[in-house]
Amino acid sequence: MQRKLLFEHIDTEGIQTFDVYRSKGGYSSVEKALKTMSPDEVVEEVKRSGLRGRGGAGFPTGMKWGFLAKPEGVPRYLVCNADESEPGTFKDRYLMEHIPHLLIEGMITSSYALGANTSYIYVRGEFFYVIRILERAIEEAYKNGWLGKNIQGSGFDHDIYVHPGAGAYICGEETALLESLEGKRGNPRIKPPFPAVKGLYGCPTVVNNVETIAAVCSIVNDGGAAYADIGVGRSTGTKLISASGHINKPGVYEIELGLPVEEFIYSDAFCGGILNGKALKAVVAGGSSVPILPAELILKTAEGEPRLMSYESLADGGFATGTMLGSGGFIVMDESASVVHNLYTFTRFYHHESCGQCSPCREGTGWMEKILHKILEGNGTMEDIDLLWDVQSKIEGNTICPLGDAAAWPVASAIRHFRHEFEEYVKHPARHQQINFYDHCHNLASATT
Amino acid sequence: MFKVTIDGIEVEIPEGSTILEAARKIGPEVAPPTMCYYSSLETSGGYCRTCLVEVTKGSEKDPRPMPKLVPACRTQAMDGMVVTNELSARVKEARAGVTEFLLFNHPLDCPVCDQAGECHLQDLSYEHGKYKTRTDFERRTFEKIDIGDKISLHMNRCILCYRCVKVADQLTDNRVHGVLNRGDHAEISTYIKEAIDNDFSGNMIDVCPVGALTDRTFRFKSRVWFTKPMDAHRDCEKCSGKVVLWYKGDDVLRVTGRKDTWGEVEEFICNTCRFDKKKTSDWTIEGVRDISRHSVISANKYKKLVKPNEFTLNDIKALPE
Ligand SMILES: Cc1cc2nc3c(=O)[nH]c(=O)nc-3n(C[C@H](O)[C@H](O)[C@H](O)COP(=O)(O)O)c2cc1C
Ligand code: SF4
Ligand code: SF4
Ligand code: FES
Repeated sequence: MQRKLLFEHIDTEGIQTFDVYRSKGGYSSVEKALKTMSPDEVVEEVKRSGLRGRGGAGFPTGMKWGFLAKPEGVPRYLVCNADESEPGTFKDRYLMEHIPHLLIEGMITSSYALGANTSYIYVRGEFFYVIRILERAIEEAYKNGWLGKNIQGSGFDHDIYVHPGAGAYICGEETALLESLEGKRGNPRIKPPFPAVKGLYGCPTVVNNVETIAAVCSIVNDGGAAYADIGVGRSTGTKLISASGHINKPGVYEIELGLPVEEFIYSDAFCGGILNGKALKAVVAGGSSVPILPAELILKTAEGEPRLMSYESLADGGFATGTMLGSGGFIVMDESASVVHNLYTFTRFYHHESCGQCSPCREGTGWMEKILHKILEGNGTMEDIDLLWDVQSKIEGNTICPLGDAAAWPVASAIRHFRHEFEEYVKHPARHQQINFYDHCHNLASATT
Repeated sequence: MFKVTIDGIEVEIPEGSTILEAARKIGPEVAPPTMCYYSSLETSGGYCRTCLVEVTKGSEKDPRPMPKLVPACRTQAMDGMVVTNELSARVKEARAGVTEFLLFNHPLDCPVCDQAGECHLQDLSYEHGKYKTRTDFERRTFEKIDIGDKISLHMNRCILCYRCVKVADQLTDNRVHGVLNRGDHAEISTYIKEAIDNDFSGNMIDVCPVGALTDRTFRFKSRVWFTKPMDAHRDCEKCSGKVVLWYKGDDVLRVTGRKDTWGEVEEFICNTCRFDKKKTSDWTIEGVRDISRHSVISANKYKKLVKPNEFTLNDIKALPE
């Protein structure tokens, strides 16, 4: 049986309210930390847990907290990244919508560890109802003495503010987020300096994903060692996976890291197999930014080992035969899906969302979209496929923020593993014009109703 | 002092210098091209990526190479660092890529662009561009906006280097001029399309590496290589008054700041000097401006040219056998 740390009580009636949440043991991590632990002890527990950032990059959270500069007389901030806009990822929204107090609790405990008296939750602007849910939860927390001055008589003061984004994917990048929070244009900053030294308003800042912060509650409650017991190797604990695409049971699942990919796709406890009994074609395992893998490589590594849902196993083989866990946006495609069309959709997204600061990303994303559009329209040539490859290779690694890489990787992997499909479009344009995105949507809709 | 090696040449620089500063200290042969960095504008640089270089040794203390190419203009040099610029195949390829990206949406209107001849994008593409274009997609265009009677904005030519934005932030009233929208539709604009009205706004023209911001009072008057630059100065209460006058015959067609080897102005000048003082009598002339021998501006020029003797057929006969 898989253990649940974040979603243990998610189905409890009224868990959105303070009273029910508290009755299920909510806010005990704050109590424990404030009354029995020093801030550094909390940081130590998080280090011991092996928790890694759930926003995409998987950077060890304890280490990140350890880097936070602590100059005398300068405030420090915790900023929660709730801008969730990566196509295929919808776990943070689910968490905030259904169990908002878990995030608030994690914010207070984490802020105590970092010595931050003010923290911010930067929420994707389109989630306006989520913002209302969070504000209600915060209000309840203030009323019950878990926020504000002298929390539970501990002498620790803390305030949380919710800030809505204005509709830009790039504001999920942590330094663009900080700019936006400061009321400026959401352009990523050039690093260094890193937020841990100069973040919000020039002060030391930690930016963490919603799920990362929520995970801190159980780490403090049960200890870092208990958390590290779950999972495999350096992939410890549980992870929320947003499962979507051609599967019988799309949704958000909390899994123990290390679960075999095959079990995740086919077991009734999770995705429940491929829609309409069709064959699996490909999976984008960690949100739109990570490389797509064909069925044989997502189920087994190049060496024939079963592929697991973990940072290391998914990355096994590098980009040649592997991918990344990313933010856990698990997009499944059956045999009827068009990899080229899907890639066009992704590329259009990155073109639309590039902030435009650096030339390779600003111009390259648009160029790739145009080439793909040309191929889809039936006007592509074999040289266009090579050109597409060349353009992505000139973007990757040469930009200010990772959005450039995120735009390049899907293109590179689609060509690497599905070149024949691009060639099909070039050779038999007419045959493919029928297959379009809307047909897929229609198939999905008729299958689920 | 730190020791840094660039393309095999060693140089000593003060701590805290960037790789670009080290490279410029050695000289133009190792200095990477810069389309967005401007030494006198704070926080400039980092955007265009033409100055990407390879760090093959991080420092004496930590000799590991850097995995990615780094922007020379925004990367601090370390003691013992070894950098390759033109000698690195990776750098050359990335730079050719950046050049191609910058041209991807750039109009091919050099024949009617006032910047032609002193355009950094032209120079960049001569040096690092491909001979053949790989795109025939329609280029992006913008609706024209009017930013006043002194400066003309051709957004289609803009490469979003952010230099003019820094000028607006740092020399003129804050936030009257900035970037709107996102990605390849991001555009330079003034606040609610109002004209920038400030004594130093004209410097945007000088910092603009391309023909996106040009001097309206000079518009279509002449190609720059037909004009003759002269150093001149006047007593000015707002700026240093040190300028270059660009003559055609006896007429001053335009006034600009004085640009150094790197194409950056030595000092910013005020709008009065730039737009309102177009008579020789306004100025004390210092002499002919020294323009790089390689620049198109110096074509057909004056300085060391001696009028050749007129030939007659007899002269030819007189040549030794
Ligand atoms: C273009 C882009 C978009 C991003 N969007 C998000 C996001 O929506 N949510 C998020 O948590 N992290 C996002 N990230 C990652 C953040 O920059 C940052 O790494 C993360 O918030 C750190 O938190 P973690 O260590 O808890 O994962 C994005 C990164 C990039 C480059
Ligand atoms: S990589 Fe793209 S999104 Fe990131 S800073 Fe550069 S232009 Fe902006
Ligand atoms: S108008 Fe000129 S100076 Fe301003 S961003 Fe564009 S290219 Fe740079
Ligand atoms: S000059 Fe360095 S990035 Fe533009």
